[in-house]
Amino acid sequence: MEYIPNTKEEQQQMLKTIGVETIEDLLGDIPSEIRLTRGLQLPPPLSEPELKTELLRLSEKNADLLHHVSFLGAGAYDHYIPSVVNHLAFRSEFYTAYTPYQAEMSQGLLQTIYEFQTMICELTGMEVANASLYDGGSALAEAAMMALRVTKRNEILVSSTVHPFYRAALRTYLSGTRARILELPLENGATDLVAVGKQLTEDVACILIQTPNFLGCLEPVEGLAQEAHRHGVLLGVAADPISLGLLKSPGEAGADIVVGEGQGMGCGLNFGGPYLGFFATKREYVRQMPGRVVGATVDTKGRRGYCLTLQTREQHIKRERATSNICTNEALAALAATVYLSVMGRQGLREVGRLCLQKAHYLKHRLCEIKGFEMVFQRPFFKEFVVKTPVPPARLNKRLFKHKIIGGLDLGEVDRKLKNHWLLCVTEKRTKEEMDQMVTVLKEIIA
Amino acid sequence: MGEPLIFEKSVPGRKGYSLPDLDVPEVPIAELMPAEYLRKDPPLLPELSEVDVVRHFTNLSRDNYGIDQGFYPLGSCTMKYNPKVNEDVARFAGFAALHPLQPAQQTQGALQLLYQLEAALREITGMDRVTLQPAAGAQGELVGMLMIRAYHQSNGNPRRKVIVPDSAHGTNPATATLAGYEVQVVHSNADGLVDLDDLKHLVNQDTAALMLTNPNTLGLFEGDILKIAEMLHSVGALLYLDGANLNALLGLCRPGDMGFDVVHSNLHKTFTTPHGGGGPGAGALGVKSFLSPFLPVPVVEKTEKGYVLDDRRPQSIGKVQTFYGNFGNLVRAYTYIRRMGAIGFRKVSTNAILNANYIRKRLEQVYPVPYNRFCMHEFVASAKRFRDRDVHAWDIAKRLIDYGIYPPTVNFPMIVDEALMIEPTETEPKENLDRFCEAMLRIAKEIEEDPELVKTAPHTRTVTRLDEIRAVKELNLRWKPA
Repeated sequence: MEYIPNTKEEQQQMLKTIGVETIEDLLGDIPSEIRLTRGLQLPPPLSEPELKTELLRLSEKNADLLHHVSFLGAGAYDHYIPSVVNHLAFRSEFYTAYTPYQAEMSQGLLQTIYEFQTMICELTGMEVANASLYDGGSALAEAAMMALRVTKRNEILVSSTVHPFYRAALRTYLSGTRARILELPLENGATDLVAVGKQLTEDVACILIQTPNFLGCLEPVEGLAQEAHRHGVLLGVAADPISLGLLKSPGEAGADIVVGEGQGMGCGLNFGGPYLGFFATKREYVRQMPGRVVGATVDTKGRRGYCLTLQTREQHIKRERATSNICTNEALAALAATVYLSVMGRQGLREVGRLCLQKAHYLKHRLCEIKGFEMVFQRPFFKEFVVKTPVPPARLNKRLFKHKIIGGLDLGEVDRKLKNHWLLCVTEKRTKEEMDQMVTVLKEIIA
Repeated sequence: MGEPLIFEKSVPGRKGYSLPDLDVPEVPIAELMPAEYLRKDPPLLPELSEVDVVRHFTNLSRDNYGIDQGFYPLGSCTMKYNPKVNEDVARFAGFAALHPLQPAQQTQGALQLLYQLEAALREITGMDRVTLQPAAGAQGELVGMLMIRAYHQSNGNPRRKVIVPDSAHGTNPATATLAGYEVQVVHSNADGLVDLDDLKHLVNQDTAALMLTNPNTLGLFEGDILKIAEMLHSVGALLYLDGANLNALLGLCRPGDMGFDVVHSNLHKTFTTPHGGGGPGAGALGVKSFLSPFLPVPVVEKTEKGYVLDDRRPQSIGKVQTFYGNFGNLVRAYTYIRRMGAIGFRKVSTNAILNANYIRKRLEQVYPVPYNRFCMHEFVASAKRFRDRDVHAWDIAKRLIDYGIYPPTVNFPMIVDEALMIEPTETEPKENLDRFCEAMLRIAKEIEEDPELVKTAPHTRTVTRLDEIRAVKELNLRWKPA
């Protein structure tokens, strides 16, 4: 077996050193009643060439986005991944390493995390960031839990414009606690600022919003922040980091906690994971923050170095009083994001934002030429928007797929009230030609 | 001098990206986006060419250490070799470039893989259903405990208490608290196993579950497991397995046959998906059939029309991840399972056990093993005897770095003073085990002859020992321009 090096002879030498005859002699602690007396019923082992053929065949049953043009977003985005990202993140010194608990042997990784934290602070406009969480949905749940700890209050107001799957994760995470979750209504595609005022009480720990939100609209972050702070309530914002080269940071707009899904920054679609949860907040809350964090320090000779720090918040030290139960995070995805942001740089991220914005508006403009297609919300948007369609979006998607186009999300499948609503996403990868072709096909369907 | 920070290398005007020109008619940005939404100052990201970036991260990688460079006997973490074929397969476009919300007709291969992986894990663990949604072990624990809570709730009372051994991983009590339970600690007995008298004293109608690791964190098999299960089940409480140590059991025995009701498995330990420098992982969670109504949504089912994602499950605890879990790692784990088969897995567990016992035997005279008997895949030695020279387990770990070996887990489990927790895994050849033993024995001599050498280690890396106390006192968590 190529992954298990020891030969029979070596095993014999080792058994001799231990002082037993066979490996079976080492297993006496396992009661015989529970010993497996048969072999596991698994498919027979495949050699490496057979394995690759078999799995390639399985992968080819999927319609991949290398061979299809996609307008699907809704929390997972087909942004361009520069070649350098995977070449660097998948250096095996990084990807086969463990959590950098032994700092002196892990300086490379620790420094990249310190750089990641800096970049996340820069993008979000916050003062501190952690080393990553699992994904956008669970990061939002961690934001809620931190707000409960900080304010010692008991209620969470989450906007109904937050991604429904994020809200689902939030509900599940908090289901064992006594916290109550209330939803804020929407008005014209964004959180209803007037309604918020009525729901703010002394029990509310935080308001949670997403911007751009699930429907693509930008939220009135500043207004919500002012409203929240007037009542001693924290504002938690889930943001799209790709938008933050161009758009005002949630921190500048008054957010207290900024989380989000970092998948768009150099991490593939991977059918939903691994993705990258990020978490940033104000310095005053750093000791309530979940997850690992890296700090700069010095060695015995006064040279700069990096190590995990504030570990007394974490489960391996604090156990039942930890700020979170998270241990393993998404370090490799955070590294990919750090490489991504390094090559994109100050100008590149802004340029990606500009391309998304312009192209998404071009598609919106073209779609509204088609009879029966109309914009639903009159709000600024970035790369996603909702159109009302004259026929069910599922039907449109089916026809488009024949042209190797993957259409947007049929919102009726997520929310019955949104029947005949179609959520479309345009990244910098989409071309005018692809969008024109899509419009041509749609016109044929409608005609 | 180490590698400068990437921000310190930035040169205004340098460019490392390549994007197409805008191919649609440009609309002035003010017409698309009101000024109040726009950023005035761009984020302080570095400005570098592609080669600058490549050299930066390549240099940093050379100041890091992974399994591909050498031995990594980190107890409880199962740092085994990560097969390269897994990486190739995970990058097949049909897996890597697949959107989670594409209609099921477009993702049949992915759904089939999930379905077959679940089937394999059911068989390996002896459980009835497995969810692949948890992104890591701790999230698997949360799903498991919330399912236990939902189950008790469905019987009218969620109960209040969860018992964890004093040797448990920190995630266990942290998770139990998150799931709304009060944590009670059951002590270990003189053999390093759950003290049954203490357990009997704790278990009652208010007990929701016992979270147990088996083999436990001392690397010892809980031989009374059937009695423990009976004790819990007799009062309607459930038995949870922290499957961090599943590597020791593969093909030998199954948690499902020991009375466990819920089992999580860290696919990044037992099933070779890389640890990635701290993640991503993947935590599969298996349950007995009476708990399956509470599984997170969606669940992959096979129907006449093919594979589907079923989210119409009214008793489900909901979701913990936005989508279906760390699929990329699930592909790697599945690839590994298909490579190994039943015969391969038996070789894994038995060789992991053999390697651990070999090291234990070679070191036991110099590094006493407090609960010394045949161990499973790992064991815990103590460095207590070096205290009189003011040398601690932590110092020994640091000195091992100078021998080019990643140190074992230290100071855990907490029931062993100056613990050194050593897990060699099955993928390490004998000569590396010998090299490790010789380094450990030599360090013991160094402690006698020149303790300062050990206490000030490491001496061979780009930095000497780091001041972790200062890192806390003078918090510096991000770079700022001078």
